[in-house]
Amino acid sequence: MNIVRSLSLGIAAATALVVTASAGTLDDVKARGMLNCGSSGQLPGFSLPDAQGIWMGFDVDYCRAVAAAIFNDPTKVKFVALSSKDRFTALQSGDIDVLSRNTTWTSSRDTQLGLNFTAINYFDGQGFIVRKSIKVNSALELNDAAVCVQQGTTTELNLTDYFRANKMRVKVVAFATLDESLKAYDTGRCDSYTTDASQLYSVRLKLAKPDDHVVLPEIISKEPLGPLVRHGDDQWFDIIKWVHFALVNAEEFNITKANVDEQVKSDNPEIKRLLGTEGNYGEQLGLTKDWVVRIVKGVGNYGEVFDRNLGQGSPLKIARGINALWTKGGLQYAPPVR
Amino acid sequence: MGAATPIAYVRSRPAERRRPPVSARGPFAWLRQNLFSTPFNAVLTIVAMMALAWLVPPVIRFLLIDAVWVGADREACLAGPDGREVGACWPFVRERIFYFIYGSYPLGERWRVDLFFALFAFGAGWLLWLEAPRRTLGAAYFFVVLPIASFILLSGWPAVGLARVDTALWGGLLVTVVVAAVGIVLSLPLGIVLALGRRSKMPIVKFFSVAFIEFVRGVPLITVLFMASVMLPLFVPPAWSPDKLMRALVGVTVFSAAYMAEVVRAGLAAIPRGQFEAAQALGLSYGRMMRLIVLPQALRITIPNIVNSTVALFKDTTLVFFVGIFDFLRTIEVARADPKWATPVTSATGYAFAALFYFVCCWSMSLYARRLERRLSAGQGR
Repeated sequence: MNIVRSLSLGIAAATALVVTASAGTLDDVKARGMLNCGSSGQLPGFSLPDAQGIWMGFDVDYCRAVAAAIFNDPTKVKFVALSSKDRFTALQSGDIDVLSRNTTWTSSRDTQLGLNFTAINYFDGQGFIVRKSIKVNSALELNDAAVCVQQGTTTELNLTDYFRANKMRVKVVAFATLDESLKAYDTGRCDSYTTDASQLYSVRLKLAKPDDHVVLPEIISKEPLGPLVRHGDDQWFDIIKWVHFALVNAEEFNITKANVDEQVKSDNPEIKRLLGTEGNYGEQLGLTKDWVVRIVKGVGNYGEVFDRNLGQGSPLKIARGINALWTKGGLQYAPPVR
Repeated sequence: MGAATPIAYVRSRPAERRRPPVSARGPFAWLRQNLFSTPFNAVLTIVAMMALAWLVPPVIRFLLIDAVWVGADREACLAGPDGREVGACWPFVRERIFYFIYGSYPLGERWRVDLFFALFAFGAGWLLWLEAPRRTLGAAYFFVVLPIASFILLSGWPAVGLARVDTALWGGLLVTVVVAAVGIVLSLPLGIVLALGRRSKMPIVKFFSVAFIEFVRGVPLITVLFMASVMLPLFVPPAWSPDKLMRALVGVTVFSAAYMAEVVRAGLAAIPRGQFEAAQALGLSYGRMMRLIVLPQALRITIPNIVNSTVALFKDTTLVFFVGIFDFLRTIEVARADPKWATPVTSATGYAFAALFYFVCCWSMSLYARRLERRLSAGQGR
């Protein structure tokens, strides 16, 4: 682990030289005419090509929003498919401008890799799915349960930690792949299956009878997800961070893809500042006055992005939960534009 | 004449009747000769039959009988309320088939990929059909015209009105064909050069050939690909670094060239010294000796091995999967994650489809090679 860490530090240091030698990331992206965005390409709801091969998903829409803000064209993104192993290297080496790939914000990742997390766009956490027939309403009732899990992940560690902390016993049934562990759960070898809550919903659809299963309310770990950028370019860092805030603010002021043209005429000073009819807040970021209008026209507001990819408008039907706006009891909160 | 001398018969009574010979024709004879010739073979036959009876019906049931043929989304492929077993979910493959062929290639530009497939099939047919007219012209087309035309066609050339298409958008069958074709077409000449280099008497040439072959063969392909796709950009500034697909193509070519070199070297080693000496006695230069006398014989001997390497390479192209390139297998892998089609049988259907595809491709390659071998060794068949 130490070797890996010092190697990646060395790599980060070496690439910092190359990277700082070039112009700012924003200028590079503009010169290229294309945003290079690292994502998974294999994660339902977050990033997955559709039947036409067009990338769709929550993480994907964040990159499209950035492209919309810069080019006024959400399609000017080149997606690079990255595994969880090579995602950081790709960002460090400059292969991609932004990493929007379902990545948990942790202290070591933030400090040791030469990378910065910009904002939390999805509050995820590990959850449980059980059969309705066993009539369990809380994870705390799972004492002595057999729980299926994927091997060698932090998921496995969280699971044992949680049961130990609550003085319960658990039989961990671990498998190398998601498919195997899921099959074991489906055929009844385990009472429950655990992984990140955002995954539980897509996993549930793969079961023989999805309606016979329910996701329990307990979330046993903190998995804040968000996009990352390289160290050393604060303007770019600000842009990615504020694209997220713009999406959240747009939802808060009920500015949608459909009504953005009317909202531009609004008298509300906060909306005027957000949409650039007053002040020059977009230009301060290095973008244009109408940057938020471009974003919302391109992908919609935060709520629309969520609904289309993960929520009621998608097959996954994930509830907003703690990802609701702060005004609705959730955690999504954005600083004001002023 | 006097009294007739008695004729001495050798045999005083007719020979005992033998049973008619065991029929040498017909289905029973065939069975006896091929399947039950000895008790051991009989046991093997029975075991094999049992294995087939155990394996084949479930496969057929899954792929055909229980399979779902029409449907719009996952609902169609779920087990009904009656608990009926559901087999392969073919509507999933049907909806995604264009993704499996073109990947993310822009919709409006896909005719370019179709044209590429047509040009490629035409060239391959011309070259592989042994009775085809003007095969030297065919070779020139396949090895010179086709690569250039394909490159312009697929990646675009704005000057002639073809929009640029980034290789990140290429995918599916297109990528598999491109990687396999480039690997196979480039690795053979490279391999021949390396093999000749390894047998060369010039020490530097020999050293580099040996070092290259041994180094590349000592490293797994996946490592070569990782090096090419992850490490290379760290040493080369982003502006200069070749694109991802190009890196993988170089990796695959280098790797298969090293294996091809050893295959060709084995063929060269099998040519008797007399052939070299005779060629030299005729006053042929090194180049003509190799081209006219040695290589034609050496390559004929190695055809089975070349095909073996080719089939292996074709399947190895799936390893580009791990460096984020969307080859045929990866497009299936991605599609099966689609929640629209998420069912317990979706993954199995995708993999079954991939298995059928790779089997048909590899099997036809080896069928062709067998024919070619038979034809080229006609002179030895006495």
